[in-house]
This record gives sequence, structure tokens and C-alpha cells, in this order.
Amino acid sequence: MRFRTESSPHMIPSHSVGGVMQQVLMALVPGTLAMAWFFGWGVLVNVVLAVLFAVAFEAAIVAARKRPVMATLGDNSAIVTGWLFALAVPPLTPVWVTLIGIAFAIIVAKHLYGGLGYNPFNPAMVGYVVVLVSFPREMALWPAPDTLADMSLGLGQTLQAVLTGSLPGTHEWDAITRATPLDAMREGLASGRTVSEITVSPLFGSFSETSWEWIGNFFLLGGLYLLFRRIIHWHIPVAVILGVAIPAGFFWMLDPDSFASPAFHVFSGAVIIGAFFIATDPVSASTTPLGRILYGAGIGVLIFVIRTWGGYPDAVAFAVLLMNMVAPTLDHLTRPRIFGRSRRGPPPGDGHA
Amino acid sequence: MQLHRFHGGLKLADETEASTRDPVLVMGVPSQLIVPLGQHIGEAAEPCVTVGDHVTKGQRIGQSKGYIAAHVHAPSSGEVIEIAPHAVPHPSGLSAPCMVIQTDGRDAWGDTRMEPWLDWDTRDPRKLRQRIRDAGIVGLGGAAFPTAVKLNPRAGQRIHTLIVNGAECEPYISADDMLLRTAPEAVFEGIRIVAHLLGVDRVLFAVEDNMPEAMRALTETLPGELRELIQLVSVPALYPTGGERQLIKVLTGQEVPSGGLPADIGMVCNNPGTFKAVCDAVIQGRPLLSRIVTVTGPGVRHPRNVEALLGTPFADVIAATGGYAKGVDRLVMGGPMMGFAVHDDAIPVIKGTNCLLATRPQDTPPPGPVMPCIRCGECAAVCPAQLLPQQLYWQAKAKDFDAIQDYGLFDCIECGCCAHVCPSNIPLVQYYRYAKNEIWAREKERQKSDIARERYEFRQERIEREEREKAERLAKKKAAVKKKEGEEGGDSDKQAAIQAALERARARKAAKAGGTNEDNNTEKAATAPDGTGTTAESGESDPTDTGHR
Repeated sequence: MRFRTESSPHMIPSHSVGGVMQQVLMALVPGTLAMAWFFGWGVLVNVVLAVLFAVAFEAAIVAARKRPVMATLGDNSAIVTGWLFALAVPPLTPVWVTLIGIAFAIIVAKHLYGGLGYNPFNPAMVGYVVVLVSFPREMALWPAPDTLADMSLGLGQTLQAVLTGSLPGTHEWDAITRATPLDAMREGLASGRTVSEITVSPLFGSFSETSWEWIGNFFLLGGLYLLFRRIIHWHIPVAVILGVAIPAGFFWMLDPDSFASPAFHVFSGAVIIGAFFIATDPVSASTTPLGRILYGAGIGVLIFVIRTWGGYPDAVAFAVLLMNMVAPTLDHLTRPRIFGRSRRGPPPGDGHA
Repeated sequence: MQLHRFHGGLKLADETEASTRDPVLVMGVPSQLIVPLGQHIGEAAEPCVTVGDHVTKGQRIGQSKGYIAAHVHAPSSGEVIEIAPHAVPHPSGLSAPCMVIQTDGRDAWGDTRMEPWLDWDTRDPRKLRQRIRDAGIVGLGGAAFPTAVKLNPRAGQRIHTLIVNGAECEPYISADDMLLRTAPEAVFEGIRIVAHLLGVDRVLFAVEDNMPEAMRALTETLPGELRELIQLVSVPALYPTGGERQLIKVLTGQEVPSGGLPADIGMVCNNPGTFKAVCDAVIQGRPLLSRIVTVTGPGVRHPRNVEALLGTPFADVIAATGGYAKGVDRLVMGGPMMGFAVHDDAIPVIKGTNCLLATRPQDTPPPGPVMPCIRCGECAAVCPAQLLPQQLYWQAKAKDFDAIQDYGLFDCIECGCCAHVCPSNIPLVQYYRYAKNEIWAREKERQKSDIARERYEFRQERIEREEREKAERLAKKKAAVKKKEGEEGGDSDKQAAIQAALERARARKAAKAGGTNEDNNTEKAATAPDGTGTTAESGESDPTDTGHR
């Protein structure tokens, strides 16, 4: 009798790229819904549009590169890229900004480097940084959290705002948008106020603004799910959060009037989502245990440094891209000790003699 | 006992329940035995009988060549009908020399049977080792390394710990489990023999914690006088705990040095089946003729363990258990993680055949399309050798054979954990095998060219030396000739004087009579020494020239 011969292992593989990405998408759901709860329909509209664009660009460029389109789309990575991009931009971002950002993310940052697995930089963050530095006005349109309910937009109005770039009816940009806590902190400190004066606003909860705290909590929930399912490992998220919190805590203890608390830093802006969902992008991160710790810590420290002394209120994207550059070197320098060898020095015997 | 952990590994579902329900089935003698001459690591044996010979059970039919090698014996009596290449269990599906025996059904031992040594403990360890070698025993865990070699530590190496590797960690395989349940006494006897042979201080007998029946049988039959020596240890079921290096780490916390052997840290590790074979060889004088094979998987009707003669075709073994299940399309020798799929079931059971695993497409679907590596690092998280499989993969793909060795390619034990967890379906182990083979091939090529270059350089040097010597000889000779000429020149002065005197006399005579032949005479005398010089020289250089051609 004749049999099929394939190489070992003769078992059904335990993981698949599409499955891994699907878990990531599932883990993004609670945080995304929390964001939509506080910032309105715009968040969901952005996610849908960005995902559609990402999948369309991916299909087009994969076809242009003469690769199997359906198999590539099946890895779900374009959906993750589009989704993360949508969470990074303000909820009422005009559609053309999303289009440009996604085009850069998928075409330039991903496929011009060879597609999934070959991109040295996190595609979603490349797309976000391109629109952040190109369209600063649009990127500042963060609406006030939904606690100011009378000013919120319905689904129809949101669609109109996103698609046309102008607000419907009597709404004014100035009326519905508001500085994020990071903006408020930055501008407040710049204008000479103390941290306690800035955080006296009723919007502030225990650490940051209540809305951002809750969004952070829900992304944390998703992140813990990924840890539990072993889709990600603890090294990067823990290192990012400590990388932000330790220097923030140091300066805060030196001068609590001029430096925000570590908890404020961790629960404001994109630190939680960055730590669990963006910095953990396997393709562009370091892969060794120690390398991941250094990589995450580097991101955390850079976030704090750019927030505190740099030109942008939040810095997750810049920090991630900067650390992407050193990831291959970190991998090289942090190779784990091989079984039966000492940490340094050549092996005792010639391996194959 | 304090146990340790190795890095990574996989918790795999235990699939041995089905094959351990029934007792071991002892198969009869098949009508034909196909006995490969190379069933072990090392060089194949050389046939020591010829076609047409009648062989008896246990008769040596293949004589081992070299040190790392093993003899091959006739598993049953009958006639040798063919010695020719035949398909054998090998990943490549290639053929190798086999001896085909038409059995006579009598299964008769001849007078060549080794003498039973009931008094083995009075024997010299060297004699015992020779007996193990004569019995053709190899490691029965699957790798089939000649046991006598393992039990022969290098000078100055003291073995203090003997490890019995009952950690059958591949899902599905239960051959050791069933052996321990049915013949624990023979295994203990084999351990005593080897412990005596090596002079060890302690024996650690590891059994995975998902083999409680085996553990119970061992605990119940462990003889009182061995309780000091042998320690039964239940180790957590985690793939690949049954890897020698991993098991030693779990039991002792020590790591076998990279590129080294357990003997380097005073340990020897063997499979329980091997100890049983040692017991049979020493106490009964029975060489290695049969082994327990687990026939299992969703592709067979009645999974169970079978004791089959070496050389029994897979098809006969599977038929003996009740045949294939519907839809079977893959047959694997070994376990699902490290075994290899065979093309055909007309190939024979060999010393390393611990398991025949049959599956259907729904159990082992054809691998999905290979996707790009996303550097998720899961492979590194599960690698028991603490390697970075994703980097090895890139380097193998790029044929960067220096970097891949630097990253520890040869520390890879090919356990397959990385490939199992790879989300991109990359056949990682295949890449490592490819790289290893390529490096070995290049190494061989380099050795060959090194030898050729050495020969060439040596030849060049010799030719130069000979030329030089020739030139020196010539120069010496010339000098000698010149010297001689010089001396002769001195003589010829006298002669010339004489000549001159004679000539004057002749001239006077000629002036009277008139003579003319003086010129010829002087010419002859001048050319003679030069002429002999040339002939001597060519006569000497001729044989050396042919010498280096």
C-alpha cells in the first residue's frame, strides 16, 4: 500500500497566523467599544472605513505583486493594521486622511518592504505618523468625552462629518472638540500652572480623565486576554508600562508640581493600547526575551521623554518606530544562552564533530 | 527528589490509551523476513552468509564493520534467498542492502547460540560489553545507537549515574509503557548488568507521570536489594522529556555540554527496551531478534502493541493487529513529532522501529500554504535547546551557513516543537536538516579538497626539491669535472711538453719524410670526458622522473 509522505510533525499545527490575528481583533473589541462609548460613533465609523481601505489596498497590491490574494487576506493582518490606525486617529478624522494614512501603512510601510513578515516598521504607526505630521489640524480634533452628552453627534451626523470634513448644522468644531488630558497637561504646564491646578477639572478621575482611564481599563482587559491565550508574552507590555512609569515616577517625586504622576502617564493617551497591541506587533518587535524587555522599556522611556520634553503631546507612535529601528540589533545582542553552553564564549566542542 | 525544568517543550495530548488496552501481541514467524544490514547509527554490516545458505535463529548474518556499528542476526531459521537492495525504513525512501530469509517455520536455534551467563556478575566488564556487542544491541528508543559503544566510556571517564529513560514523551507511543508493565523483572536485571559493567553509584529510572500502570509494576517488582541502587522517579509528562539531554536536565539539573555526550558529565542514558535486550543477551544468550512495536493511530482498527521479529514487513504487523481503518493515507515510523512518513508498508521492522502510526487525512491534513514568518517567537518559546528557531530559519533560507552554526544549528535536536507551534506552517525542522546536510556535505567536500591540495602541494614541493637536488648534483659533478679537467690540464701540460718534444722530433722526422695525422689524435682526447658526463647524468634522472609521474 502506498502512502502520502510529508515531513514531521504529523500533527495538526497548533497556531495559524489568521487565528493569531483573529485573537488580537477580538481582544481589541472591549477597548474599542469603550472608546465609542466615550467619543461617539466616530470611533466605529473610523474602524469600519480604515479596515475596508486596508483590505482593499492589501488585495490590490498583493494582486499587483502576483501573490495569492485570498490566502494573504486570510492572515487578517490588514484588518489589524486598519483597526489600530483607526484607534490612533481622532474619531472625526476626515475620510481622506484615513485613506492617505492607510495607503501609506499598507503600500509603503508593508508591501514595499515585502509584505507581512518583512516590514521593519509597524505599518499602522507609519500610517499614523504620516498623517500626524502632515495634517496637524485634523489630527487635533478630539471630541469632548461623551459626558457632555448634549454636544454629541448621532451616527448620521458623524458620517456626514467624516465623509465631508465639515460639521452638520449648527455644530462648531470648537464646541465639540476639546484638548485631551495630555494636551491639557502639556499646555497647562507650559503656561506655568501646576499639575494639581490642571487636574482639578471635574473630568479628571483618580489618575487621568475618567474617560481615558476607562478606555485604558478595557484595552487592558483585552491585553490580559492575549496574555492568557499566550498570543503575546508579558515582556513587552510590562516593559513599556514600567518604562513610562519609572522615569515618570522619578521626576514626579522630585517635583510633583511640574511633572504628572506615573499613573496619569500610564492611563492617558495610548500607553495601554500601545503596550499590549502596538508594541507587541511581532514582525517589527524584538523576538528574544531580554530583547523584548529592552525593546519595551525603550518604547516606554521614549514615550515619557517625548511627552515631557518633545514636541508632541503623545508619543507612542514615534517611540514604537524608533525602537523598531533597533529591534534587529537587540535580537542579535540578546541571544539566549544555548542549552549546554555557557552564556559567553564558544561551545566547548565542535557541534557536529 | 528535586526535579528540574528544561526550557520550552510542549504539553501534548496523551494518545496512548487505545494502544495499551490489550496485552502485547507476540507475532509468529512471517514467511519472509527482510533484514536490512544497516539498522543502526554507523556503518552497515557486511553479509557473512551467502544466498542459498541455511541460517539458524540467532545466527550472525551481518558482520559489523568499524567501531560504531552493530552485528545483524537471523531473526528466525530459514534459507537466505536474496541479498540485494530493498526499500528500508528511511526518510528518503531509498533502498539499502537487505538479506531476505525464506523462513522454514521451525524457528530453530542452531549450535551457534551464545552460552547463557547466569553467573554474569563474576564476568569481566569487558566480556559483558563484548557480549552486548555480539548480540547486536542498539538503543531501542528509536535512535538505534550501538549500545556497546555507549557502555564503553573513554579512558579517564568515570560513569557515576545510569539513567533509564522510560519517559516516553511522544504522544501515541506506548512500547516502553507496555514493556514495563509486562516484563519489569527483565528490565531490572538488564539494569543490574549494565550498572555492574559501568560500576555506577546510582541508577535513576525515569517514568512519565502519565504512565501510572508502568510505575506501579516497577514499584511492585523492584527487588529489595536494588532499592539502594535504583531510584524510580516520576517525571512530568512534557514533550520532549524523553530527549536524553532534556531528561538528564530534569533529573539532575545538569546540562550535557553542547557537542558533548552524557558521558562527559559521568552519565549514561538508555531506554528500558535496551536493558531488556541486554538481559536477554547475557542471561539467555539471545541476540537482538525482535522488539515491541506500538501499532496505533486513527488509521488502524485495533491499536495495540506487538512483539515482532526484526525484518517483519510493516504490512504484516498491521494486519496482525486487525488491519487499517478506512481512509488511512499516512503511515509514520516513530511518533507524530519526530517520526517520518513512509511511502510503502512493504518495508521491514528494524531495531529502531518503536511505533507505526497510521492516520487519515482528517487527523493529519496536508499542510496549509507556507506563510511568511511573522517573527512571533513562539518557536523560541518552546525550543528545548534554547535556540532561536526563527533566526535559524532565516539563515538556512539565506544559506548563511556560518551564521547558522554560530546560532547553534548543531544543538538542535529536531524535536519538532517549533514546527508544531509555527503559525505560518513553515516546515522548520526540514530547513535545519537541509542546513545540517549541506554543512556536512561541504565539510566533506572541503576535507576532500584539503587532501587534494595537500597532495598537490606535496608533489609540487617534491618536484622542486628534486629539481634542486638535481641541479646541485649537476653543479657538483660539473665542479668535479672541472677539477678533474684542471688536474688533467696539469697532466696535459706534461703531456704537451712530451708531445711537443715528440712533435719536434717528428717535425724533424717529417722535415725529412713529411707526416699529417696529429690533429685527429688531439681531438679524441678532448671530447671523451664530456661525453661520458652527459650519459651518466641522463641515466640517473630518468628513474626519478617516472617515479612521480
